[in-house]
Amino acid sequence: MTPATTPETAPAPTSASAPVLDVRDLGVCFGDVPAVRGVSFEVRPGEVLGVVGESGSGKSVTASAIMGLLPSSARVSGSVRLHGRELVGARDKELNALRGRAMSMVFQDPLSALTPVYRVGDQIAEAVRVHQRVTKEQAMVKAVSLLDLVGIPHPAERALAFPHEFSGGMRQRAMIAMAIANDPDLVICDEPTTALDVTIQAQVLEVLKKARDETGAAIIMITHDLGVVAGLADRVLVMYAGRPVEVGTVDDVYYRPRMPYTVGLLRSIPRVDRGAQRRLEPIEGSPPSPAALPPGCPFGPRCPLHVGACDEAEPPLFETGPGHLAACIRWEDEAASQAETAVSETGTAAEEAGTAAEEAGTRPRAPAEAGEAEEAKEAAVPRGEPVLRVEGLVKDYPLLRGAVFKRRVGTVHAVAGVSFAIREGETLGLVGESGCGKTTTLLEILELARPQRGRVVVFGHDTARLGPAERMAIRRDMQVVFQDPLASLDPRMTVHDVVAEPLRTHGLGDTGRRVAELLTLVGLEPEHAERYPQDFSGGQRQRIGIARALALEPRLLVLDEPVSALDVSIQAGVINLLASLKARLGLSYLFVAHDLAVVRHIADRVAVMYLGRIAEIGSVDAVYDAPAHPYTQALLSAIPLPDPARERSRRRILLEGDLPSPAHPPSGCRFRTRCPKFRTVLTEDERVLCVEAEPDVLPVGEPAGDQGAACHYAEKLDVVQPRRNSR
Amino acid sequence: MAGFLARRLLNYVVLVAVAASLAYMLAATALDPRSNYADRTPKPPPAVIDAQLTALNLNDRVPLLERYAVWAGGVLHGDLGKNVTGSPVNDDIARRAGVTFRLVLLGMIVGSVGGVLLGALAAVRQYGWFDRVSTGLSFAVLAVPVVVLANMLILFATWVNDRLGTQVFLVSGEYTGGLDTGFWGSVLDRIQHLVLPTVSLSLALVAVFSRYQRNMMLDVLGADFVRTARAKGLSRRAALTRHALRTALVPVMTYFAFTFGALLTGATFTEKIFGWHGLGEQLINSIFTNDVNTVAAIALLAAVAVLCASLASDLLHAALDPRVRAG
Repeated sequence: MTPATTPETAPAPTSASAPVLDVRDLGVCFGDVPAVRGVSFEVRPGEVLGVVGESGSGKSVTASAIMGLLPSSARVSGSVRLHGRELVGARDKELNALRGRAMSMVFQDPLSALTPVYRVGDQIAEAVRVHQRVTKEQAMVKAVSLLDLVGIPHPAERALAFPHEFSGGMRQRAMIAMAIANDPDLVICDEPTTALDVTIQAQVLEVLKKARDETGAAIIMITHDLGVVAGLADRVLVMYAGRPVEVGTVDDVYYRPRMPYTVGLLRSIPRVDRGAQRRLEPIEGSPPSPAALPPGCPFGPRCPLHVGACDEAEPPLFETGPGHLAACIRWEDEAASQAETAVSETGTAAEEAGTAAEEAGTRPRAPAEAGEAEEAKEAAVPRGEPVLRVEGLVKDYPLLRGAVFKRRVGTVHAVAGVSFAIREGETLGLVGESGCGKTTTLLEILELARPQRGRVVVFGHDTARLGPAERMAIRRDMQVVFQDPLASLDPRMTVHDVVAEPLRTHGLGDTGRRVAELLTLVGLEPEHAERYPQDFSGGQRQRIGIARALALEPRLLVLDEPVSALDVSIQAGVINLLASLKARLGLSYLFVAHDLAVVRHIADRVAVMYLGRIAEIGSVDAVYDAPAHPYTQALLSAIPLPDPARERSRRRILLEGDLPSPAHPPSGCRFRTRCPKFRTVLTEDERVLCVEAEPDVLPVGEPAGDQGAACHYAEKLDVVQPRRNSR
Repeated sequence: MAGFLARRLLNYVVLVAVAASLAYMLAATALDPRSNYADRTPKPPPAVIDAQLTALNLNDRVPLLERYAVWAGGVLHGDLGKNVTGSPVNDDIARRAGVTFRLVLLGMIVGSVGGVLLGALAAVRQYGWFDRVSTGLSFAVLAVPVVVLANMLILFATWVNDRLGTQVFLVSGEYTGGLDTGFWGSVLDRIQHLVLPTVSLSLALVAVFSRYQRNMMLDVLGADFVRTARAKGLSRRAALTRHALRTALVPVMTYFAFTFGALLTGATFTEKIFGWHGLGEQLINSIFTNDVNTVAAIALLAAVAVLCASLASDLLHAALDPRVRAG
C-alpha cells in the first residue's frame, strides 16, 4: 500500500507516445471556495479519457480551466501542458492561437452554444478562418464538407440555415464539426449528449467516434452518465468534491472499482438490463458543498466503509493496480469484499438463469433477501377494476400564425389516439422521447375534463360526465408529483405549509400531526417542517413533493419525470422510496419518464410512445427482454449500459434523422420514416401496408399475452441482452 | 414576410385613424376657440364670430360629429384644416416637422451610438471603474430634468464663449437671420446652432441607451455562444464585438425606433429652451390658443410617427434577428 503521489506511473494502455495533454495538480478557486483541487491526468493521442462525476464535482470547471475559458474571478494553480507547452498563466494571445486549432471544445447545451444571428455554415467557416489563411469561399467549402462528415443531410443547403432551424441533435453535430474544423489534437466534450434524447445521443456518440477516427485527436469526455463513457472511453477518471478519487482503465474502474464512491455510483444506476429484482443502492446523503468540505476524506460522511481514520486526512491516490489509482485508505478492504461477493454471486447468477427460463409464464420470484422493491412487485399482481382507463385519447393543438389576426395554419397532433389502463396497485411507465406526447397525455388526464376525442375513466368515473363536486372528490384520490422539485414548491411557504396545503384545501383539520407523519413517511425529519424548500437538496425537495402528493391518501399518483432532475446517487433513493411507498400504501402509479432504465426499475407495465401514439405496451419484463416494435428495439439498444465489455460488443440499432414534426406526421405508420425495418428488411410489397395503413396496437407473441405492438411486422428481438450471469 | 408586413400596415392604418379621431374629439370638446374672441376690443358681434368659427370649422354650436366629418373629410384629402388665424395648418406643420426632424434625427443618432458604446464598454468591464462612473453619471442625467440640463448647458456654453472671446456655441434659434457668408458660412452657422440642443437631447438618450445596452450585453456576455466563439480561438475583443454585441444589439435597435417616434413630438422642452420652432413647441402653443385643428394635426402626426417607428422596429428586428424572420 504505497501512496502514488505522482500519477505519471500510470501507463496508458493504448500507446506509449508522448501525452497530448498533461495536467498536474490543477486547482481552481473562486474566491476562497475551491472548485477543483489537485487534478492530475494525462491524455495520449487518439485516447478517450472519460471524466465522470455528479453535478458540482468540478468536472466542467476542469475543462474550462484547460481551455483557459474561466472567468477572471477564478484563480488557477498547477500546470496544464499541451504538447509540453504550459497553458496556465499563458498570455491570452498565445491561448487564442491554440484554442480551436490544437484543442477545441464541444459544449453541453447545443441550443445556446451557437450564435443565434449567424448562419451555421458561417460559424463553422469562422472557426476555419481564425486559424487558416483561406478565402471566405474556401472556408465555406470546408464548412460544408465538415457538415457532411458529421452526417448532416444536404450539407450545402443546411450550411445556410440559422441555428434555430436545426434540431438539437443537428446543432450538436454542427458543434462537433466546428470543434474538428482545424484538425485538433485534443477535443474536450463537456456533457455533449446530456441535453439530447437517447436515440439522438447514440447518433452523436457515433459521430464523435467517427470524428476521433478521422482526426486522430485525443478526447476528454466529461459526463455524469456512466453508460456513455463505458463504450467510448479507454480510461476513466472519477471526480468527487473537486478531486479525482479514482483513475484507471475503463475495465478496472467498472469491474474492479476500489473507491467506495465509484462502487456506490455503479450500484445506484438503474439499468435497462436489470429489472426490479435487483434493488438500487443509493449513496446516503448528498455531495458536500465545495465551500464546506468535511474534514478528511470528503466522501467520508456518505461512505459505507467509513472509519475514524478517514476523518484524519484527505487520502492521497493509492496505486491499487497497474495504472489504477484510488483515493481510499480502505481500498484493500473494498477489493476483498468484492472478491467475496463475486463468489456469492455465482449463486445469484444461477437464480437469474432460472428466472430467464420462467420468463414467458409467471413473473420472477423475488430473491430471498426481499427488499422494498420486491414487495412492490408482490403488490403489483393485477386485481380488480382499473383505477385509470384511457381509450383513444386525442389532443390537438392549433398552430397559429400572426400577431393580431390569428389564423390557423395547421394542427399539432400531440396525442393521436392513446389507450391504456392501470389496475389497482400497478405502475404503468409511460416512456418516449421529447415531443412524443407523454406529458400532454398526463395533462389531459389531470384535467379531468371531457377530452377532444376518446375517453378517460378515473376510478370508474368517465371524466366527460363529471360535475365540479365529483371532480374535486376525484382529485383527492389522484395526486401529482412534478419534475422540477424546486419550481414546484413555493419558495415562500414553509415545508409544513407546502405539505398541509392539500389538507386545508380539502377541509381536513389538524394538519400538524399529519404533516409530521408524512415527512417521516418520505424519509425526512418532522423538524424539517419549519424550514423552507431552498434549505433542502434536490432529492429532499422531491421527497417534499411526494409528501405533498400523499397528504390526501390518494389511490393513484401521477409522476411526471420525478427523478430526471436528480443526480444518480440521489435518484436511486427516490426510486426506492417510491417503490416502498407503493407497496406499503397500495398505490397505483402513472410514471412518465424519458429514461427507460428508471422505468424498468419501478414499473410493472410500460407503454412506449412515439409521435402521439403508443408503439408498444406490455409488462416490463416482456417489453424490455423481447421488444417487438422496431422503435422500442432501437430505443432500448440506444441506451448505453454501464458495462464496458458488453457496451463494446453490443449491436446498436441506429435511427436515422430526427422526430418528424407532430404537425405533419407521416402517412400510415408514423415510425416508417425512421424505421430500420422499413428501410432494410421489408420488401417493396410489404412496405405498401406501412405507408397506407396506420397500425393498431395488437397482441404479439405466442401465446398472446399482455404485450402489444403497433407494427404490421412486429417481431420479438432481444436487444438489451440481459445479464444472465456475472462476469 | 411581405404578407405579414401588409397585415401589420393595415392594422396600423386602423390604429392611426382611431387615435387621430379620438384626439380630434378630445381637442374639439376641451378647447374653446370662441374664448379667443372674448377679450378682443372692440368685441366683434356674435354673428361675425359664429361665421368666422364656422368658416374655420371650429364652431362649437355645430354638432361635434358634423365638425368631425368635415375635418376627417379634409384629412383624407390631405388637408389638415386651418388654424385659428385662418392660415392652413399644412404649411405650418410641414415647416416645423422639418425643423424637429433635423434636431431629433441627429440627437437620436448621437444619443444611441454613444449610449450603445458606453453601455457595451461598461458591461465588458462590469464593476470596473468605467462601469461605476458611467452608471453614476447616467443616473444623475436621468434624475435631472431636461429644463435644468438645458439651462446648465447654456450657462456652460456662454462661459466657454466668454473665455474664448468668440461665439462658438449659439444658444438660440435654428440659424442666424440675414447672414451673408455664402454656403459654407451658413452651414457652419447652422452647426453652431445645432450643437447645444443636440447635446441636451442626446445626453438623456445616452443615459437611457447605455443602461439598456449594458443590461442586454450582460445577458449575452455569459452566454454559451460567446464561450463557443472563444473556444474557436477568437480573441476576446472579436468574440465580444462579433458575437456578443451583435446579438445584444437586436433589442436595442427596436427600442431605438420607438424612441425616435416618440421624440418627434416629445422634444418640447429642448425646442422651447433653445428657441427652435418645432412640433413640440407648437403643440403647447396651440393648446394655449385653443387651436383645435393644429392640436389634432400634431396628434395625428404623433400617431403616424409612433406607428411608423414601430413598423421600422419590426423591420429592423427582422433584419437583425433571423429567428423572427422565419414567422
